Amino acid sequence: MSGQHHPEPESYAAIRARAIESLLVEKGLIASDAVDARVQAYEQDIGPLNGARVVAHAWVDPEYRTRLLENGTEAIAEFGYTGAQGAEIVVLGNTPDIQNVVVCTLCSCYPWPVLGLPPTWYKSHAYRARVVIEPRAVLKEFGLELDDVVEVRVWDSNSDIRYMVLPERPSGTEGMTEDQLMALVSRDSMIGVAKAKSPAQVG
Amino acid sequence: MDKIKESPVTESTDIRIANMDESIALPRSNGELVFEAPWEGRAFGIAVALNEDGQYDWSEFQARLAEEIAEAERTDAPSTYYERWLASLERLVLDKGMITPEEIETRMAEYASGQRNDDWHQH
Repeated sequence: MSGQHHPEPESYAAIRARAIESLLVEKGLIASDAVDARVQAYEQDIGPLNGARVVAHAWVDPEYRTRLLENGTEAIAEFGYTGAQGAEIVVLGNTPDIQNVVVCTLCSCYPWPVLGLPPTWYKSHAYRARVVIEPRAVLKEFGLELDDVVEVRVWDSNSDIRYMVLPERPSGTEGMTEDQLMALVSRDSMIGVAKAKSPAQVG
Repeated sequence: MDKIKESPVTESTDIRIANMDESIALPRSNGELVFEAPWEGRAFGIAVALNEDGQYDWSEFQARLAEEIAEAERTDAPSTYYERWLASLERLVLDKGMITPEEIETRMAEYASGQRNDDWHQH
């Protein structure tokens, strides 16, 4: 959610919500920034839907997949998702033998046009420090156990390049539509600390 | 060794929200909350912030929300989930005496007439 201002007039409900909030703030019953904090905490989980759309499209369209892996920024812009603060978005394709994982060891660089705001753990010192040194142990804590033959590649984001992982398409999804596939693509799978969900997991 | 992965629910309100009964649960997509307009997020945030501040017990809100939803479904009202949520929140703050119906109507009129134009949080 980049939060563009909406030019259309506010709905009745919007004005009513505003009236209630402003009265509560005025009476000191609520702090405006407390509401901000709660909204933000939940809103940050909305962003990954853009990335999920990109991934699902790449799963059904091999040509798009090729474009996405060759030039992530341009392929993602086909969906209108742009503006990663001038940074390139590089998409890393997972295979049965390679699990890509993204981190920003310095701060919290993150491909936010596709993934929204980063989760708290992504910004934690523990994740940033440890995923480079012992990625397998870290992935295990996320519930992802990999065979020894799988190579784990850790990618360090920076102000010029933001990485996003293209998870493998789960098996048993052959007949699914793009919309159905989107539901399988979690934020964590696009950071590389999880696999895409199986159809059974989302019911 | 520091633990990395925090529990996805870190606060008590979060746990209660996560455990809300299916019939009144929040709209989700891909397991995550969905707000279709900024005001929906505000209405959500107000209810949660008031609860975290101890201004009311979550069950009091939940009960009103269940009633609003049941009533809307009974009458086939075209209202959205967050319109029902907002109605529940309004009933709660009125019942608790936090604000009065007159104050809300006055404030609404001020907004409608343009007499008042708060710096609304645009996100």
